[in-house]
Amino acid sequence: MIDEAVASIDLNLIAPELTLLITACVILLFSFARSMQRGASAVGFAGLVVALVLSANQWGHQASGFFGMVTCDNYGAMFKIIFCVASLLALLLAVRYFSQRGLNRPEFYALLLISTLGMMVMANTSDLVVMFLGLEIMSVPLYVMAGYVRRSLESNEAGIKYFLMGAFASGFLLMGIAFVFGASGTTDLRRLVTDFNFIVSNFDLFLSLGGALVLIGFAFKVAAVPFHAWVPDVYQGAPTPVTAFFSVGPKAAGFAVLFRIFTFGFGDLEVLTNLFWILAVLTMTVGNVLALRQDNIKRMLAYSSIAHAGYVLVALAVGTQGAVSAAIFYLVAYMMFNTGAFAVLTMLETRAGSKSNFSELAGLAKANPYLSAVLALFMFALSGFPPTVGFFGKFYLFASAVNNGFIWLAIIGVMNSFLSVYYYLRVVKVSYFDSPEGAWTPVPFSTAIIVVLFVTAIGTLGLGFFPGELLKLSQTSLIAFL
Amino acid sequence: MAEYIYLVPLFPLIGFLINGLLLGRLPRAAVNFIACASVGLSFIVAVMLFFDLRALPEGQRVLEQVLFTWIPSGALQVNIGFLLDPLSAVMILVVTGVGFLIHIYSTGYMSHDPGFGRYFTYLNLFTFSMLVLVLADSFPFMFVGWEGVGLCSYLLIGFWFEKKSASDAGKKAFIVNRIGDAGFLLGMFIIFWQVGSLQFTEVMAAAPAVFAAGGALVTTVCILLFVGATGKSAQIPLYVWLPDAMEGPTPVSALIHAATMVTAGVYMLARSSVLYTMAPDALAVVAIIGAATALFAATIGTAQNDIKRVLAYSTVSQLGYMFLACGVAAFTAGIFHLMTHAFFKALLFLAAGSVIHGMSDIQDMRQMGGLKKYMPITFITMLLATLAIAGIPGFSGFFSKDEILWKSFSSSHGHILLWIIGFITAGLTAFYMFRLIYMTFYGKERMSDEVKHHLHESPRSMTLPLVVLAVLSVIGGWVGIPHVFGVTNHFEHWLAPVIAGPHQEAASHALAAAGSSAATEFLLMGLTVVLVLFSIFGAYMLYKKRPELSTSLAQKFSGLQALLVNKYYVDEIYGALVVRPIVTGSVFLWKIVDVLFIDGLINGFAAIYADISQVARRVQTGRIRSYATVFVLGVVAMVGYFLYW
Repeated sequence: MIDEAVASIDLNLIAPELTLLITACVILLFSFARSMQRGASAVGFAGLVVALVLSANQWGHQASGFFGMVTCDNYGAMFKIIFCVASLLALLLAVRYFSQRGLNRPEFYALLLISTLGMMVMANTSDLVVMFLGLEIMSVPLYVMAGYVRRSLESNEAGIKYFLMGAFASGFLLMGIAFVFGASGTTDLRRLVTDFNFIVSNFDLFLSLGGALVLIGFAFKVAAVPFHAWVPDVYQGAPTPVTAFFSVGPKAAGFAVLFRIFTFGFGDLEVLTNLFWILAVLTMTVGNVLALRQDNIKRMLAYSSIAHAGYVLVALAVGTQGAVSAAIFYLVAYMMFNTGAFAVLTMLETRAGSKSNFSELAGLAKANPYLSAVLALFMFALSGFPPTVGFFGKFYLFASAVNNGFIWLAIIGVMNSFLSVYYYLRVVKVSYFDSPEGAWTPVPFSTAIIVVLFVTAIGTLGLGFFPGELLKLSQTSLIAFL
Repeated sequence: MAEYIYLVPLFPLIGFLINGLLLGRLPRAAVNFIACASVGLSFIVAVMLFFDLRALPEGQRVLEQVLFTWIPSGALQVNIGFLLDPLSAVMILVVTGVGFLIHIYSTGYMSHDPGFGRYFTYLNLFTFSMLVLVLADSFPFMFVGWEGVGLCSYLLIGFWFEKKSASDAGKKAFIVNRIGDAGFLLGMFIIFWQVGSLQFTEVMAAAPAVFAAGGALVTTVCILLFVGATGKSAQIPLYVWLPDAMEGPTPVSALIHAATMVTAGVYMLARSSVLYTMAPDALAVVAIIGAATALFAATIGTAQNDIKRVLAYSTVSQLGYMFLACGVAAFTAGIFHLMTHAFFKALLFLAAGSVIHGMSDIQDMRQMGGLKKYMPITFITMLLATLAIAGIPGFSGFFSKDEILWKSFSSSHGHILLWIIGFITAGLTAFYMFRLIYMTFYGKERMSDEVKHHLHESPRSMTLPLVVLAVLSVIGGWVGIPHVFGVTNHFEHWLAPVIAGPHQEAASHALAAAGSSAATEFLLMGLTVVLVLFSIFGAYMLYKKRPELSTSLAQKFSGLQALLVNKYYVDEIYGALVVRPIVTGSVFLWKIVDVLFIDGLINGFAAIYADISQVARRVQTGRIRSYATVFVLGVVAMVGYFLYW
């Protein structure tokens, strides 16, 4: 049954993962050393860069190994690059944030790396069990990171809530995998596809049930309604750089497996299409409506991240190759402007007593003109204005929906975007037009944050002016996928 | 060499970015240097590209460079790509060459203005956009440049925005241009709908197969594109913004509103010559509008007293000539006149700027006079340009204008009436230009003592570009000396591969009439020259020899005089017929439809959403067991759906 090539233990297939693992271990092992106390971020940064290069190197290679547990393809490589970039940006944000609070310890960077490693495992396989394994490797460090600021009550609350709900969701996921295995005798999606018609005709009930439970498990991670309730509390309570990472990394990982499972493995089930339709509409509507009346920017961005997950779910409902490539485009775009927005928040939180409330933004434009300009840029991108990349992201997503007959879905999506303009532009309005209550001293920049702001702003604008190459890249990432 | 095309627009873009991002932090000398050097480098690359293109065998003079796909969206693929062929080669030489001289001139002209940083930032952005416009390899990318130059024109007309007239003029230019742009866009849509591509090479290759020659579709496309051209190139009925655009700094008038941007419409028509030759009706419209604009604007030019306004109407009139050429399918003649006009009209504006600079910002010619001895270089160069625009034989304008007149008579799309209008306009042109010369440089010194005290020749940075442009105004036409003088018309030959269709036609036409045509051509040429000399003499009599004659003449024909001074009341007519109804309608839409209906609806929805949001927030209790409840409800719904759908 299993041929030589599949059985091979080829370490090249998991080179980026190994790099992160080794780096994380090095950080932990030497965490007692004084130099490591200060240098952990640099070591972590280097490890991530190496992993990024190795991931990019896997582009164009198509291989399977470890008895079919690991599958390398362009799709996996694409997502690994996304994870590495998201992780790098979060790391750069964390340095300043934690050192200001006296919490800049090596453990954090080890956790960040291990969590990224988990995401890579998720994207690098077509086996449900390995996906679950990756999910847990990713999640456990995330729980700790959410509660990382020990002395902060909110941070603790975030960690505990995230952990409880996450464990809850994992239970459903595991049960779903068990059902799928019961119905098909395999957890490998490729074998599931080969025998799909046979399995459906004989074990339809169990397969469907299994699919539904698997979907719930991952829908929790991407914060789809009604499995989203944890998001606002966790996003608000967690340290801001961690929130930035939450909203991008695990979400992308969740979608990576969702696309693999539901457009590849379960491709032909019509019931799924309807279900994703409902999920997408619910998710974007609830996210946007609840974001309208928030007073806290982090909380607003939490609901906004739910809404954006709803937009990406449109691609799952459409389920074509074009839709998936549009979704990948969107995830990259979202990574740019959402991380950028959180970077601005991270900077603002260096002000004493900052809780990231809307009212604190008043006067920003006068005190920090550059900062408020990029903040406005990210808000315009989040609401989908041209010429930012946010426009093209939405355009490609909704265009793929329209082209495949999902006209109402596209209309609802566009209406939701309308709605979102209100709360995004409120940020711009407050920072430019409201007068501050007290005196404003300009927030000092730090090199790391300037790098993040620069990369994300250039990405937001540059990819908006020239979306072509990225779209081509996300299209080629699917070549061997479907 | 094709791989270096992108450098041409890149240098001004870099200049724009440096000056724009470091606005207010760079010393004046650095700003001047960056702005001029960036355009200068572009010019050098353009010259090198020109010679490379010339080295290629005739049939293969097309260089394309696609940097990358800009917008991939289904069938629509827009590239960031450049197309260098003989036509765009001429254009980039004109844009960077004349542009460079005007940048140099500006360093002198703007030397007392605190806004120099902003000025040069805009000017570089303009040069970049203009180069994109002429180098683009597709309609949409060309449109990017088209809108870019429109934006820069708006910004520069309103450069002194604290003056209300300047900011109003900027807005007027912008709005009028938008009307034209709508036409351009619609034309583009039809092309894409029919051809499925907007790439120039693909559209022009596919057009004969896709469109029926003389059919309604191709005629509509051409007329819509022409509407775009009338906006940008100031033709009837959308010319009204150009005279007002003189509120901007004078070098801007020279660069944007004389030499380059306003000729974009002519370039666009020449670029689409394949389409136009398939649509004789559209050509007729272009020819008639062009001829009418030429005559109409020239008559207004005879009665204006603001030195820049005379030149502005002259520009409108000369652009009319170019469209007349395009309208009789003599695109080469149109581009040829575009080039010579860029030389002499840029020079006229710059010289006028030099006069204004010397006259402490006075623009009214009635307060000038006798400047010849104070500003000798300005005088001589401006006189040379005037001789060129008037069409004195040997000067550049003579060859290009004569070519247009001859083609409007001889082309199969031409007509004797078109020639007559062009002929009369030539006389009027000579008249108003020499009126300007006599009122400004000759006669009594009518300025105040205060002004006279400051009167001086302009600095070297300003006179040097004048001299260079003067040389070009004189010799610039020699590249296109017509066949009838027994030489090859190099310019026509150069453009021949790009301007398809009409050429063979014109050639065969010429062949058929070979016997009589040479004699006819000389006869018409002679007639024109005589009329021009006569007009100059008229101007001499009225404004130099016996100035009192002009006043009495004006009194005698006071009705006509008022009509011309007030520009045929076109602004007032537009105001009454177009602007006022729109304003009235807008007020209704605003007060009734918008405030009551739309705002009411929107605010109502907003209130509903806000309420929903307020209620829904309560679900978010913060208690983990309620979260788990929601979760489980979701699971139940979902599993139920899966099982019993």
